[in-house]
Order: sequence, then C-alpha cells, then structure tokens
Amino acid sequence: MKASQRRELERTALEVRKDIVRMTGVSRAGHLDSSLSVVDILVYLYWKVLKIRPDEPLWPERDRLVFSKDNASPALYAVLARRGFFEREELWNYRRLGAMLQGRPEHARTPGVDAPGGSRGMAIGIAKGLLLSSRMDGNDRRVFCVIGSEELQEGSLWESVLRASILGFEGLTVVVDSSAPPSAPALTPGKGASERKRFETLGWRVMEADGHNFDHLERALSRAHSDPGGIPRVILARTIPGKGVSSAEKGSLEKPGRLLDRNGMEQALRELELASGEMEEGVKP
Amino acid sequence: MRSTLSGFGQGLVRLGRGRNDVVLLHADMAGSEIVTPFASLFPERTINCGASEQDMVTTAAGLALDGKKPVAVAPSAFLTARSFDQVRTCLAIPDLGAVLVGTHSGLSAGEDGAVHQMNQDVALMRILPGISILVPSDFDSSSAMAMLALEHPGPVYVRLGRDEVPDTGPFDETEMRIGGGRLLVEGDGVTLCACGIMVHEALKAARILSQQGINAEVIDCFCLKPLPSRLILSSLRRTGCCVVAEEHNTIGGLGEAVAALSASENPVPVRSVAVSDRYGQSGTPLELQEYYGLTFREIVGESAQVWSMRRR
Repeated sequence: MKASQRRELERTALEVRKDIVRMTGVSRAGHLDSSLSVVDILVYLYWKVLKIRPDEPLWPERDRLVFSKDNASPALYAVLARRGFFEREELWNYRRLGAMLQGRPEHARTPGVDAPGGSRGMAIGIAKGLLLSSRMDGNDRRVFCVIGSEELQEGSLWESVLRASILGFEGLTVVVDSSAPPSAPALTPGKGASERKRFETLGWRVMEADGHNFDHLERALSRAHSDPGGIPRVILARTIPGKGVSSAEKGSLEKPGRLLDRNGMEQALRELELASGEMEEGVKP
Repeated sequence: MRSTLSGFGQGLVRLGRGRNDVVLLHADMAGSEIVTPFASLFPERTINCGASEQDMVTTAAGLALDGKKPVAVAPSAFLTARSFDQVRTCLAIPDLGAVLVGTHSGLSAGEDGAVHQMNQDVALMRILPGISILVPSDFDSSSAMAMLALEHPGPVYVRLGRDEVPDTGPFDETEMRIGGGRLLVEGDGVTLCACGIMVHEALKAARILSQQGINAEVIDCFCLKPLPSRLILSSLRRTGCCVVAEEHNTIGGLGEAVAALSASENPVPVRSVAVSDRYGQSGTPLELQEYYGLTFREIVGESAQVWSMRRR
C-alpha cells in the first residue's frame, strides 16, 4: 500500500473514532471499547474492499456486509455516515426514541445496513443465505461478515461455519475482531491456535492479521480473494479494545456502560485531535 | 385421506413451476412428502441444511433479504423452539417474507413421545408480532395455503401434521386469505372453532349435537393469527356460546385467542378442548387423541355445558 493511501485511511479512522467518542458520549450508551477496536477493519472494508454505492444503498450488485459484533454498532454507524450513506447529524440521535440509528443495526431503518444484527452468532448464517441467493442469480457478489470474537462461543455460529464449508462457499469472508487488552491478547498462542484449529478442522481457510494495521488487512483480504475457490475464509484480526483512546485501552472505562464521563470524553477527543495533528506534521516535508 | 404435509408439498411444486424465487430449505428431511416432490423437480432450489435448524433459519433470512422466497421445513419441535431466537431476531423483527413449515406437529409425532409431540409451537409463534400462523385441516386447503403463505409479505408459520386426514370439503377462494377462516356448517346453537385435525372432530360433534337439538356452527379457523375475528364474532352473536378445539396446549393457542376476542368484544361462555397443560407419552396418534381428550366426545360435552350457560 502506498504511504499516502495508508495515511488517508488512518486519517479517516481517526475521524471515525472521534465520532464514536462523541456519539457514545452524547447518548451515554453503546460500548466505547468494543466500538473502537473494530474501526480499522471497517474503514479498510468500506473504503478499499466493498463494491458499494453510498448514494444508491440498495444497488442490487453491491457486496454485502453482515455486521454482528455486539455493542459495537457506533463503529458501523460512524463509518456509514462518513462513507456517505446518511447525514452525520443522525449520529447524535443514536439510540434515541424514533432514531434511524437503533441500538442494534436494523436494515430497514438504516441505509447501508445490509442485515439485521443484535443477537450473537447469526451473521454467518445470514451471509450464507445472501450468497446462495446470488449464486442462484448467477452473479459473483461477495459477502463479508464482521463479528466479535465473543461470538465464537455461540453454538449456533458453529452450525453455520460447518454448513458454509459443506456448501463450499466461495466469496464468503468472515473477519473476527479478536479484541483483548494488550496485557492479555485474544490470540495468545494457545487460544489463537485453538480458534484457528477450529475453523481449519471445519474446512475453512484461516488467516491472521493485526486488525489495526492496514497493510496487514490488505494482505489478508487480498489473499482471501485470490484464493482458488470453494473454501470460505476467516481472518482472525487481533485488535485492542478501546484502540486510540488511552483511557479506554487501559480498560478503565466506567462499567457497565463502558463509557467515558464528560472530562474523559473531552480528553479522548483531545488525544485523537493530537494524533491527527501529529499525522499532519508527519506529512510535511 | 391424505396428509396436510403432502398437500403443502403439492402446493409448493405448483408454486415452484410458476416462480423461480421460491427456495426450499429443509433440516435433513430428504424423502419427506413435503420435500421430495419439489426437490426432484427443482434440485437447484432445494437446500438440505442438515440437522442445523438455527442455521437454516438465518440462511432463510439471508435469502429473504435478497428478495428470494425461502420456505424452511423442519419438525415443529425444533423449528419453533430450538430456533426461536433466530426466528425472532432474523425474521420477525425485520419483518422478512419467509415461510416456516413445522412438520410432525401436535400428536402426529405419536410414538416419538413427549419431546417430539409439539403442543407449544403455536404459542411460541403467536407471541411474536408480525408472524402469521396457518393450520390447514386437509390436503386441498394445505395445498392452497402454500400460495397464501408465499405471497404474504411478512413471515408465516405453517403447522402441518403427518397423518392422513379426511377432506374438509370444497372451499371458496375468497376464504383462502391471511386472516381468513372457513364457515363449514351453519347453525345458531353453539359456535365450534377448530383448526387442524380437530376440525374433523368438530364436524363429528356437530352431527351428534344436531341429533340432540343443538345446531352447531363450525368454523375452520385455519388462520390463527391474525384471527378471522369478524367471522367468529358474527357467529358468537348468533349462538351466544363457543367451544374451541385444537391439538395444542390450552395455553397460548386458538382457545385463548378466541376467548380473548370474545372477552373484549362480546363476552360469552367459551370452553376449550385442548391439551390441558401437560406433556404426553409414546402412543399412536389416535390413542393419544383419546389420552389427551381431544375427540368429538369432549367437544359434545363442552358444547352442552356452554349451551346451558349462555344468556338468553
């Protein structure tokens, strides 16, 4: 990836992170840490991978993304707004009565949302249905799932994992946001190996990536698509909860809402502003 | 004598010929009367999802999201109970057009015993806003309901039995609608609301009651949700009393639906002939009908009770 491209993505991700801090701050709801961890994965997919038309959200030929990471809808919404699916103003009504942006994604309410979310472990099944449909129509649409690693504990998810490989799905890519605090990475050799093994045993091709590194994501996702057919793919992306906001990364968020207080929010925004500033500095010759 | 299962299978084939967006998913039921006819004609639109009912329902949601008309078939015990979260989250809340077909429902699971005798499925589906529920009483209406369910824009649960049942008689095409019912016998003595196999018991009961001087009106309430309210209420106005018969738990089924309708619109005595909040055991379906008390005899008995309680 060219340095300028990478910088552009990083800049976008920072803006998305600021919006997430603001929207969870304003609504006093939504999990900040699990939203921030998945930002770079979504930014890479929405800006570099997905074939979509933000001004025509229901374009039939579009790639589909099924998002089911629990508690992380602020990340999806902030990305969709910045990508141009709807006005950014909608973000400030997140979770309010009558809002376009519900606590969990609803495809009928929100442009750019392709599938219902909200109950863990269902995304891969929905993705299978979307792929079967496009197979029947003879088109080569791709379907992506972004799920949280906690969903790997849901039994119903493994039904879908098994059935997807039996049906021999090409065009299905699942990205697992495997977040854990830096002190206890989700993909420690033992645990990561077992996640990898479970998918491989069931006939999937498994790749690993640093979920905050756009070069890594590019490598994993481009390999996912150059692979010869018939095998569904999963990318185990290591991420850090609260990535980009130090107080959130430290896991010191107020529970159970996992939110920042007013001071914390201002501090987080300053921190993200500073990061943007440093990036601009870095660009100067 | 033919089963509602094979009737629905025949209806699916007719639909499959007419429209190519119909996709049949089943939970390892190849060889079933409902799957085989469609699968042999349209193998490319038949998907065996294996014994993975939860995955089958989410897959149906994905197909529906892309404009297909999925028909997902599994034994009702597993389709409605095991996959309840998937039905609620992925079909009912997003209001997707998909048809869920529960087979071997009620007593027709017979010898398989209590786990398979699903007498709670209607209750589970009824509490989900937006789901329509169809329970055909014979082969022909079941066949027609395939069309009805497919053309409905929202999710539909169809409850089918494995056993052969007599024909209920000819029906008017205008009766065949979501929210519809069939007026089978007219009378002014007592209203008998029934669905599924209990329609035939209600018809038998009506013949006996007429010998006793009570003219029963028999309604096949094949659509349990939305209920054919107008048809039922206009009957209650004439008869002033009602017995509801269903092959389901007393809680959460047709009986409660009719009682609630009556209580709010036209309070009259309503009695229920149903499975009285208990589980069964292995036995032939006919034996079980006796065991649970789901025969014309109970309908006649309850009819005499409500008839004497009615206000004149």
